[in-house]
Amino acid sequence: MDNTELKRTPLHLAHLRAGAKMVPFGGWDMPVQYAGLKAEHQAVRQSAGVFDVSHMGEFRITGPDALAFLQHVTSNDVSKLNAGRAQYNWLPNDIGGLVDDIYIYMVAENEYLMVVNASNIDKDWAHLARLSHGYNVILANESDQWALLAVQGPKAAELLQPHSDTDLSTKKKNAYFAAKLFGIDVRLARTGYTGEDGFEVFVEAHSAEIMWDKLLAAGFVPAGLGARDTLRLEAGFPLYGHEFGDDIHPLSSHYTWVAKDKDHHGRAGLQAAPSQKLIGLRLEKVPVRGGYPVKVGGKVVGHVTSGSSSPSLGYPVALALVDADSAGADAFEVEVRGKDHAAHKTEVPFYKS
Amino acid sequence: MSNTPSDRKYAASHEWLAADGTVGISAFAQDQLGDVVYVELPEVGREVKAGEAVAVVESVKTASDIYAPASGKIVAVNEELSGSPELVNSAPYEGGWLFQIEVTEEGDLLDAAAYEAQAH
Repeated sequence: MDNTELKRTPLHLAHLRAGAKMVPFGGWDMPVQYAGLKAEHQAVRQSAGVFDVSHMGEFRITGPDALAFLQHVTSNDVSKLNAGRAQYNWLPNDIGGLVDDIYIYMVAENEYLMVVNASNIDKDWAHLARLSHGYNVILANESDQWALLAVQGPKAAELLQPHSDTDLSTKKKNAYFAAKLFGIDVRLARTGYTGEDGFEVFVEAHSAEIMWDKLLAAGFVPAGLGARDTLRLEAGFPLYGHEFGDDIHPLSSHYTWVAKDKDHHGRAGLQAAPSQKLIGLRLEKVPVRGGYPVKVGGKVVGHVTSGSSSPSLGYPVALALVDADSAGADAFEVEVRGKDHAAHKTEVPFYKS
Repeated sequence: MSNTPSDRKYAASHEWLAADGTVGISAFAQDQLGDVVYVELPEVGREVKAGEAVAVVESVKTASDIYAPASGKIVAVNEELSGSPELVNSAPYEGGWLFQIEVTEEGDLLDAAAYEAQAH
């Protein structure tokens, strides 16, 4: 794809100023790293970093049937949400896979915000529009209206607090609330994708750059998609397009709690037993990458879905989808450029902060 | 980039070849790759052809093939890289060398100035 066709977030120029290496990601021109992946990764584990995740999509669902509609299209129980709370959720399809994995924020009664993966915005929108017939709801695609900044790390709250009008210590994990940050109106969610404490900052696109500059001045280290991927992998978080997909049974993962006992679109597909299981692997030295064959005793039983050298642990780790029958084994091999390397099954998350 | 050593030749694919057949990757290449975490080197004694993929340098993010800048026999590999792959980042023209070829024929190579011009 020609780079001129890539979409740009409101922070495009800010990234170039910060010395980012830009790469195409899901149709977007995104910063993969600034100073260096390892340094950014460590900054988030030890202090605090800021990621531009404005490429993600935001849909607002309002109306008297908003809850009933969301209960119909998702597998987790949205009725458990209170205003000011957020919930991880799935959009199941009707063939036992996922249209997307998403976050839902309850703004108020009859009003919810859904955050979806960047590469799935159009697909999710069409899916939700199709399923909305018969429900008294209004769907609004606000993806271009919002910039989204993730501030993550053990010092995130401490660095934000002096610039916030809200006592952040009263806001627990998955809280969602309106606040002023540096005097700018934002919505904050105590959520993230790194395995660390932190917040996601929804700011209107026209205020994105000033917010970014103020966050850097407050001590947040700019971090790119490269660090975001190694952080989420260490934390064992699935990534759509790798561990989840249209034709991957999501219950092959360790996220079985997201499928609740309720009626919803795609339930029959989820009720079929998954033929594969998602496992964690640890290797001695050689990093393994998505798509590499996974074997037991020389026989292929699956493939790596995500793999990288782990900056926190110092050795390579991987998530792999393997035949359910083989998932009980402890010793695997991963084929790397025609040669098999020993891999040991290990607990997920690989790293706990 | 202004200090690309002029005592060696460069392939468009960013490998350098020294007069004694030593091969490494350029400062530009290591910077593009990012933090190197693993290097897979060829077997000593292997006959390679110029342009053939003979080694792999892996950063945290990706695996990149390294192409032989000359034809000939691999006579040595940098064993240091097994324990310290980051030498490719910190000393791409010195301690971060990859392997040595007993050169029979060089591939299509550039001098330092021409390489710098095309690397930008």
